[in-house]
Amino acid sequence: MSELLKLSLDEITTRLSHRDVSSVELSKAALEACQDAQPALNAFTAFDADKTLAMAAASDEKLAKGEGSLIEGAPIAIKDLFAVNGVSTTACSHILDGFKPTYESTITSKLWDAGGVFLCKTSMDEFAMGSSNETAFTGPVSSPWQGENGEKLTPGGSSGGSAAAVAADLCFGATGTDTGGSIRQPAAFTGIVGVKPTYGRTSRWGAVAFASSLDHPGPFAKTVKDSAILLQAMSGHDAKDSTSLPNDVPDFIAACGQSVKGLKIGVPKEYRIDGMPDDIAKVWDQGVEWLKAAGCEIVEISLPHTKYALPAYYIVAPAEASSNLARYDGMRYGLREEGDDLTGVYENTRASGFGEEVQRRIMIGTYVLSAGYYDAYYLRAQKVRTRILQDFDTAFQKVDAILTPSAPSAAFPLGSKSDDPIAMYLNDVFTVTANLAGVPAMSVPAGVDAAGLPLGLQIITRALDEETMFKVGAAVEDAAAFTAKPGKWW
Amino acid sequence: MSVTADDVRRIARLARIAEPEDRLDALVGELNGILDWIEQLNEVDVEGVEAMTTPVKFPLPQRTDAVSDGDVRENVLANAPKSDEGFFVVPKSVE
Repeated sequence: MSELLKLSLDEITTRLSHRDVSSVELSKAALEACQDAQPALNAFTAFDADKTLAMAAASDEKLAKGEGSLIEGAPIAIKDLFAVNGVSTTACSHILDGFKPTYESTITSKLWDAGGVFLCKTSMDEFAMGSSNETAFTGPVSSPWQGENGEKLTPGGSSGGSAAAVAADLCFGATGTDTGGSIRQPAAFTGIVGVKPTYGRTSRWGAVAFASSLDHPGPFAKTVKDSAILLQAMSGHDAKDSTSLPNDVPDFIAACGQSVKGLKIGVPKEYRIDGMPDDIAKVWDQGVEWLKAAGCEIVEISLPHTKYALPAYYIVAPAEASSNLARYDGMRYGLREEGDDLTGVYENTRASGFGEEVQRRIMIGTYVLSAGYYDAYYLRAQKVRTRILQDFDTAFQKVDAILTPSAPSAAFPLGSKSDDPIAMYLNDVFTVTANLAGVPAMSVPAGVDAAGLPLGLQIITRALDEETMFKVGAAVEDAAAFTAKPGKWW
Repeated sequence: MSVTADDVRRIARLARIAEPEDRLDALVGELNGILDWIEQLNEVDVEGVEAMTTPVKFPLPQRTDAVSDGDVRENVLANAPKSDEGFFVVPKSVE
């Protein structure tokens, strides 16, 4: 059965529909594999075996009648940010201890409607604030990949648990959210595919809010086609999210494998940053060659405001977070600490409930929104955000897609950057621009560095043009023929 | 612009986070580190540039002002730290 867990989502759904294996057998095996891995990886925050097996049994009934949907019977892992009815949902924060939603997020509803089976909740940085999964109240997640001398590595963050679960073949896909790179960077670090769609393509309803204008739900998958299948299931208009787009959802799955001949691929010179590791420059150059060989035309482009994206993000995101996280006041749900008066209860609850990084970001956000500082910081950052969008608009007049590295390094050892917030923030230097502009972007595994650790390439396209992104992603995947897997040590 | 311990005390108060006095100095350093780094935004020419609040190009949708959900009091209270007789129990807020 453990061999079956290694299959792709596309392959396993075929096996399931042929009744070679039942969803109940498969889900039991996946649950066992996750629980076996948990002491070593710490990737999971909640299980509900009864729910899993009931959903699997319902899938088996449908499959027996030949009525299976898109991903019928496949066990899927869910980032602890998405509300799953009756299952602990805490965004890995102490302040949401014991919170069990009585409703279902739109993303998970859609996955279950498509036949997905709930497998588990996965760990993440607290409120998705982090790039290494080390700010989780439940402790850091270890990547299934290890350093050369067996050091424990970060799976990336914030969606580190989901990335680890897919990379270790413990599930057939997982959900994540990407606010500054939280799907693409962990995907790159763990050698899997991660997709951030166009802003508004996937509903944010029922996902714990971090920075609403930047939060993008999306999938983690083993292959580009699997990621297209999952995004197909997750996408679509949702009246419960006012920023959800009314546009029809194209056939993402059909786009995978279509010819990229004649496409113009932009290579932004500003992404060749000082101190970029040779291995990353090499894999990027290789990506350019692969696409050239596939018939693409390569165009050097300029995204002149790239270096300002991260500082702008670290105003906009904390500002939105300070507002969104005001709801955690200890009154209606989650943690409540006693205090001398009402304000004391608020202050003690929030001091005890939020971790250091979350407190830091709330304080920055509160400061940049406070009287006297709003124009100098927040308004200016929003204008710089417009500049970043204009950079992309100009580039996309000349090219159909942009190819960049996904992250400025391979996975780093746990604990190596946790004392320096800005060094940690710089992880998102290549990914954050697409969040600010709202354009779709994905990370595809493209090679390994000298230490044998995975490196990813990022493909960015125009808003609403995920089809071109998937075409190019599949072409990169084909050419890269990436097969490296972490050895099982857990 | 940089912040002082007094500023941090005021921000923490606004954010409703009890920061112990012995944490203030560390926070001053951390916040100033981030604020210094953010200063580089002053290099960008934003003259005449509109502020971007969302990537969505459509106007916010409107819906009929009608009740679409409700009668779920038990669900609403299910996660309350304290509740009684169908109400949230909260600290006294009006003297």
